[in-house]
Amino acid sequence: MSTNATDTRVRLETLWEHDAVKILAIFGVIYLTYALIGLALGYSLDGIVNTLRRMTYLIAVYGMVTLALNLHWGYTGIFNIGIAGFMAVGLYVTMMLAKPTDPAGAAQYAGLGLPMPVAIVGGVVAAGLAGLIVAIPALRLRADYFAITTIAFAEIVRLGITSGALQEFSLFGIELGTGGGRGLIGNYGDPMNVIFELEVFSSFVDLTNSLFGFGPRQARALAYSMVLVIVLTGIYWLIQRTSRSPFGRVLKAIREDEEAAQSLGKNTNHFKIKVFVLGCALMGLAGILWRFRRTGVTPEAFRPHVTFYIWIALIIGGAGSNTGSVLGSGLFVAILFEGPQYFRRLVEQVITFGDAPNTFAGSVAPILSGNTAPFVRYTFEEFQTLQFVLMGVALVFLMHRRPEGLLGHREETAAAIPLIRRSNDDSTAGRGGDSS
Amino acid sequence: MTTEQLLTLVVGLGAFLLLGDLFIGILNGTYSISRVARYAVEGTLYGLIIGLAGIGLSMTYSILNFANFAHGDYVTSGAFFGWGVTYLVAGWGTANFGHLVLVGPQRGVGGSQLEITITSTPVAIMAGLLVAGVGTALFVYLIDRIAYKPMRGSGGIPLLITSIGVAFALRYLIVFVYSNRTRGTTSGDLPSLDLLLVDGWVSVDAHDATLIIAAIALMLGVHLMLQRTKLGKAMRAMSDNRDLALVTGIPTEQIIRWTWMIGGGLAGSAGYLMVLWTGTIDWQFGWLLLLLIFAAVILGGIGSIYGAIFGGLTIGISMHLSMVWLPGGDFTTITAFLIMILVLMIKPAGLFGGKTTA
Repeated sequence: MSTNATDTRVRLETLWEHDAVKILAIFGVIYLTYALIGLALGYSLDGIVNTLRRMTYLIAVYGMVTLALNLHWGYTGIFNIGIAGFMAVGLYVTMMLAKPTDPAGAAQYAGLGLPMPVAIVGGVVAAGLAGLIVAIPALRLRADYFAITTIAFAEIVRLGITSGALQEFSLFGIELGTGGGRGLIGNYGDPMNVIFELEVFSSFVDLTNSLFGFGPRQARALAYSMVLVIVLTGIYWLIQRTSRSPFGRVLKAIREDEEAAQSLGKNTNHFKIKVFVLGCALMGLAGILWRFRRTGVTPEAFRPHVTFYIWIALIIGGAGSNTGSVLGSGLFVAILFEGPQYFRRLVEQVITFGDAPNTFAGSVAPILSGNTAPFVRYTFEEFQTLQFVLMGVALVFLMHRRPEGLLGHREETAAAIPLIRRSNDDSTAGRGGDSS
Repeated sequence: MTTEQLLTLVVGLGAFLLLGDLFIGILNGTYSISRVARYAVEGTLYGLIIGLAGIGLSMTYSILNFANFAHGDYVTSGAFFGWGVTYLVAGWGTANFGHLVLVGPQRGVGGSQLEITITSTPVAIMAGLLVAGVGTALFVYLIDRIAYKPMRGSGGIPLLITSIGVAFALRYLIVFVYSNRTRGTTSGDLPSLDLLLVDGWVSVDAHDATLIIAAIALMLGVHLMLQRTKLGKAMRAMSDNRDLALVTGIPTEQIIRWTWMIGGGLAGSAGYLMVLWTGTIDWQFGWLLLLLIFAAVILGGIGSIYGAIFGGLTIGISMHLSMVWLPGGDFTTITAFLIMILVLMIKPAGLFGGKTTA
């Protein structure tokens, strides 16, 4: 009986070793939990599927950026805290390229009117170029100075986009604009129309309609999230390949000891610049996919918060592991980003709170006389604020208790061959060559 | 010629051209003298605040060896602590205790109703400044105990990441307690000194003067503390070489505690003075100030308090003078960040270089 149990245990443990199993298991738990939460909240089927779709969208986008950051920090040891800036460059350039040349109606500013695929490539290239501009002079700096430079760059981008001077400008006689603080309206056709106009898509709409009762809009959103998952898989594959290639081994060598890598004849600066540009371009791509289907974008979307979210996701998953990055972004979205709001809704389902006091003082004062109800009510009223506090505390807690995250403890050696000594040739090992 | 020398040459040439343009522009009347002077005065005042807050950041950066991203939120916390006391003293009895100590989280009695100015309510402002300093010092010590002490031996980067988490938690805790409303804290009725400068007026009001006096007094205090006291000597020794300080018998943990408290106290005072000067308070002004403080500290050279003061003034003045060429004020912060990045490129050790808290 007991051997049977240990047997199953061992089998489960070996199964757990596979990354695909880990991802499936954790995501299965996340989706199941949210489906149950949806049921508990009395959502209809389409509401539940919609909740899961939104989760998928968020996890996919954050996952892409986390993977790109993992390429920077996890593999190469480049400390980038200007993520929001590179995402902003990608999205804004794409939007400015794609907007029609004729600013009619509420469209405010003119664009170049390029087809969407070209605009996306343009945005990705621009984000990569931004990375190059930062990397060439700054990469030789100490890690903390480099970090400050990247966050300053991100703020320069954000403030530049916000400024009135660039709200509308002309470059070589072409009218363009960032829209300033009021933002930019995406008055082009749905970027996903390439897919939505396919014959097959109408049957997809019918299918989701009969399965979940989705309308065409929801079906499009679902398809969009599925496309994002495919892109995420692609990026995962790309970075996984990169990290296992000779190029990736040099990156790991740089992370472990840059001088040693140099002494082996590797031009580490070249490698660092290349990998930084690649990561920034991917961040730009994620920035584009994040918001280019919305009606518009404002610079507010690219506050340093975004960078902070991605770092939490990376640390949860564990720097240096691509699987960890995807898991980290899943757990971040499920627990820290969306979790608190759903928790609040669940509690409100069970308990009806009266009017909350308006101020903190009004909630604390009754505690002195033993009445904690106003404080609880105030806490719930201000739940969105507390969610951010929770994120900060979570990051501090992780850094204290588990800085290596879920999967960061894995040894990813920089060698191409396994470094474990084979068991059958221990005759000469450790004894020198002339023992016989 | 190395890249650095080339960059230095380009930057030097650029600075020379700008100053030349400014000089010629003033002489031939393109730029109004009084306007340039007003920018210079505003820039100096702003620079004093940045410099004052920068001293603490510079000290912890060199002694604990990490860039503390929570420093900006220490500035905000100090301002709220201090202004709560100022409201209490100035408005005792006019509104309930909670409303006053939370600096008026809701509409109602505020700075203008309480008629808070340095001339009409000097005691309230003195008390507020004192509490801002002492309160923040204790608060920062508490944060160190909770967040940083458990990872004292870690490298600079894990500590930096932790401090980002601390900053985030602290900022939204401030929103939770004090609300996210931006409010006025002083009444506009102030005596001021107006100087006629060729083509217009340059005015310095009583709050500007208070800021100058308080900031300089605090800076002088830190200078004396570092140079004349045993604690100061120990701090300088630690920032030079921590291991050596430890084997010499300097109680390093105690010195770290004092460093946090002094740095925090200065940050809190800077926040308080900033609110006195601008007349408004909100939950994220310290965070927005943080990168400027970093710019000042890096410009001056990490570890040097005189560098931080000098860097603060340079950043403040160049930010405001940039409006001569780039009107509207959209580019002041961008100017400061670009200066910081340039300094990092050319002289990463800062102008006052070296790791000495002196």
